[in-house]
Amino acid sequence: MTDSTMTVAVDWTSEQGAARRRRRHAADRRLRAYGIGAISLAIGLLAILIITLAATGYKAFVQTMVEVDFTISADLVKADDIPAGNFRAVVANAMSKLFPEVEGRETRELKQILTNNTRFIVRDAVIADPSVIGGTMTLRVPASDPFDQLNKREISRDLPEDQRRVNDRQITWFDKLDAEGRISTPFNWGLFFNADSRFPELAGLAGAIVGSFYALLVCFLISFPVGIAAAVYLEEFAPKNRLTDLIEVNINNLAAVPSVVFGLLGLAVFLNFFGLPRSAPLVGGMVLALMTLPTIIIVTRAALKSVPPSIREAALGMGASKHQTITHHVLPLALPGILTGTIIGLAQALGETAPLLLIGMNAFITSPPGGLMEASTALPTQVFIWADSPERGFVARTSAGILVLLGFLIVMNAIAIFLRQRLERTW
Amino acid sequence: MISRFLLSAAAIAVVVGGTTGVAVARDQIRIVGSSTVFPFTQAVAEEFANATGMNAPVVESTGTGGGMKIFCGGVGEEHADITGASRAMKESEYQSCKENGVDSVTEVQIGFDGIAFANAKGGPALSVTKAQLFQALASEVEVDGEIVANPYTKWSEIDSSLPDAEITVFGPPPTSGTRDAWVELVMEEGCEAFTAIEALEDDRKDEVCQRMRQDGPFIEAGENDNLIVQRLGADENAYGIFGFSFLYENLDTLKGVGVEGIEPTIDTIADGSYPVSRPLFFYIKNAHRGVIQGLDEFVMEYVSEASMGDGGYLTERGLIPLSMELRDKVRDEVGNKIHMSRYGS
Repeated sequence: MTDSTMTVAVDWTSEQGAARRRRRHAADRRLRAYGIGAISLAIGLLAILIITLAATGYKAFVQTMVEVDFTISADLVKADDIPAGNFRAVVANAMSKLFPEVEGRETRELKQILTNNTRFIVRDAVIADPSVIGGTMTLRVPASDPFDQLNKREISRDLPEDQRRVNDRQITWFDKLDAEGRISTPFNWGLFFNADSRFPELAGLAGAIVGSFYALLVCFLISFPVGIAAAVYLEEFAPKNRLTDLIEVNINNLAAVPSVVFGLLGLAVFLNFFGLPRSAPLVGGMVLALMTLPTIIIVTRAALKSVPPSIREAALGMGASKHQTITHHVLPLALPGILTGTIIGLAQALGETAPLLLIGMNAFITSPPGGLMEASTALPTQVFIWADSPERGFVARTSAGILVLLGFLIVMNAIAIFLRQRLERTW
Repeated sequence: MISRFLLSAAAIAVVVGGTTGVAVARDQIRIVGSSTVFPFTQAVAEEFANATGMNAPVVESTGTGGGMKIFCGGVGEEHADITGASRAMKESEYQSCKENGVDSVTEVQIGFDGIAFANAKGGPALSVTKAQLFQALASEVEVDGEIVANPYTKWSEIDSSLPDAEITVFGPPPTSGTRDAWVELVMEEGCEAFTAIEALEDDRKDEVCQRMRQDGPFIEAGENDNLIVQRLGADENAYGIFGFSFLYENLDTLKGVGVEGIEPTIDTIADGSYPVSRPLFFYIKNAHRGVIQGLDEFVMEYVSEASMGDGGYLTERGLIPLSMELRDKVRDEVGNKIHMSRYGS
C-alpha cells in the first residue's frame, strides 16, 4: 500500500487534485471567516453596549444650574449661630424677588424649580463665608430633576399638561429665567464630588468611589502578599506529591467559584462569626480578597515559571542561598508579570457586585466613608441602587455610573498593559 | 521556610484582624428593611443629615423579611436600629425578636402606598374589576361552576367589554413585598366573587386564590420596577404591576388602569378610594434609643408633620399620609417609646 503511494507520482493538475485544492482553500477561507465573524460579533456587541450607555448617560455629565441672588439679611441669619438661620425663608425671598407677581399657593410651585436642598447649599455657602450676612450672594444652584429633564429635552413640552411633571406656569417661569441668562448647563462636577442623594440632581459617586478605593486597598493588602507567598512556596519549595497536586487543583477550582459564594462566606464568617460591621469597605475588601487570591496565585506561579532555570542555577552556583536566589533574582524578574496579573485581578474585583450586596454594601448613605470601618457603597452597587430608583434623572445617572466604572477598568487595564510592555523581560 | 511564610501570612491576618477588633461606639444610625419603605427612609435620612449635621444614617434595602431577620438579631451596636416593612410584623418574627432580647419595639405606621396596574400611553384604555384581574392572573379559575386550569389567553374571553388582546402582565416575583400585597389586595378579594371557589376548604381555597398562573400570560419581571416600566413602553398590549411612585414618575409614557372604576392618582390613593393600597410601617428598637447617637432625633423627624404630614416631603415621593388623629397617635407612641401591642405585650 505504502509502496504504491510512494511510487505513483501525484498528478497536481488532475481534475481531482484541483478539486481537493479548492476544498482545502475554501476550508481555509471559512476558518478565517469564522474568526472574523466571531470578532465582529464581539466588537459589535461591545459597541452596542457602549453606544447605548453613552446615549443615555451623556446627559448626566452636564447639570442644569440656576443662578439666583440670595439676600442674606441679618434678621434671618444670625452671625453667631449660622446653622440655625432661617434659610428656607432666604430661598423663598430670593425666588419671590425674581417673580414678584407670584403669590399664594403658586410660590410652592415656583420653589420647585430649584433643588429641594437649596437651603442647605445656601447655608453651607454662608458658613464658608460669613461676611455675606447683611449683603447679597449670587449662587448657581442645581435645578430640580423635572426642570433638568425639561432643559435637556427629556420632557417634551408638546405633551398635555397633566402628563408631565412640570406644569405650563412652571415652564413659563423657567423660560423667563432662561431668557435672563440665569440658566446654564455646565459640566456636572457633582457627579464625582457629591455623595449619594435621593435627588438625582445632587446624587454623585463620591461615596462609591471612596468606598471602592478602600475595598480595593484592603483587597490588595491581603491578596497580594498572601498570594505571592503561597505561589512562591508552591513553585519553589513544595515537593511534587499528591498533596501539592491536590492543593493546585483546588486553587484552580477556587478561581472558578462564583463570586456570590464568597459573599455568602463573608456574611457567615466575617459578619456573623467575627461580628464585623455590615456595609464596611473593610469586609468588602476581605471578601474580594478571597475572590482575587486564587487569580493572583495562578498568575504569580506562571510568572515564576517563566523565569529561566539558568538564573536560579547561576545564583545557586555563586553560593547564594535559596532565600537569596528567590528574593534577589527570581521575584524581581517575575514582578512585572505578577503586577500585571494583580491589576487585572483587582480590576475584576472592582466590578464585582454580588458579594458586596450580601454584606450590605448597597446602602443609601449621604456622606462618603471616613475610614475602613464606616459604611459605604462601591461603584457597582451604587449603579445597582440608582438603577432601582423611580426618578427619571437616575436613568441617565445609572448609565453615567457604568461609564465611570468602565473608565476606571480601562485605566487599570492600561496600567497592566504598560507594565507588561515596559518592564517584562523576555529570554 | 514554610513556617516563615505561614508566620508572615498569620502576621498579616493578625494585623488586619487587630484593626477590626477595636469596636468604637456607633454614631451612625443603621436602618434595614423593605424596598418599598426604602425611598421614604432615604428622604428622611438625607433631610436629617443635612439639617442636623449629624452622621448620615445607613439605609439598606433588604426586603421586609430580610430586614426583620437582621432587626430581630439582638440588642447591641452590631444590630440594626430600625427596620422598614411593607406589611405588619408577623407573629413568628415578633417571637424571634423576643427570643433574642429585643423586647421593646415601637411600631410606626407611616402611611399608605398604592400599587399601580398600568400600561403604555398608546395602549387600550381599560377598566377592570378585581374579579377580572383574578381571572386573568390566577393559575386556576372557576368556569361554569368548575375549578379548572386558567383557560383565558385574551382579555375579551373574560368579558366581552374588555379589548380583544392577549393577556400579557409583567409583575414582581414572590420574594417581593409588592407581590404579597397584590395577592392579598387583588387576588384574594377578587376570588371572593366566585361561589365555587368560596365553597372550597380553607387550604385549597387559599391555594386557588393565591397562586399566580405560570403558563405565560403573567411574567415575573424581577425586583426592578424600572425594567417593567421599560418593557411596557415596548409593547402596547402589555400591563405591569408596580409601586405607584414608578407610575407617577413616568406619567408621560404610562397610564394607570382603573380598578373597580377608580384610576390610581395621588388623590384617589390619598382618600382611600383606590382599592389597591397597603399600609407601610417601620419598627424602632427602643433599647437603642438614647444609646445610638441621633436615633431619637431621627425617629422624631420621621414622624414629624413636615415629613409624613399632608404635603410633607414624603408625600412628594408618593406616600399617602395617615389621618390627622392617627398621625398624632403615632407621634405620641414614638415619643413615649410605647411597645407594640399587636401580639400582646
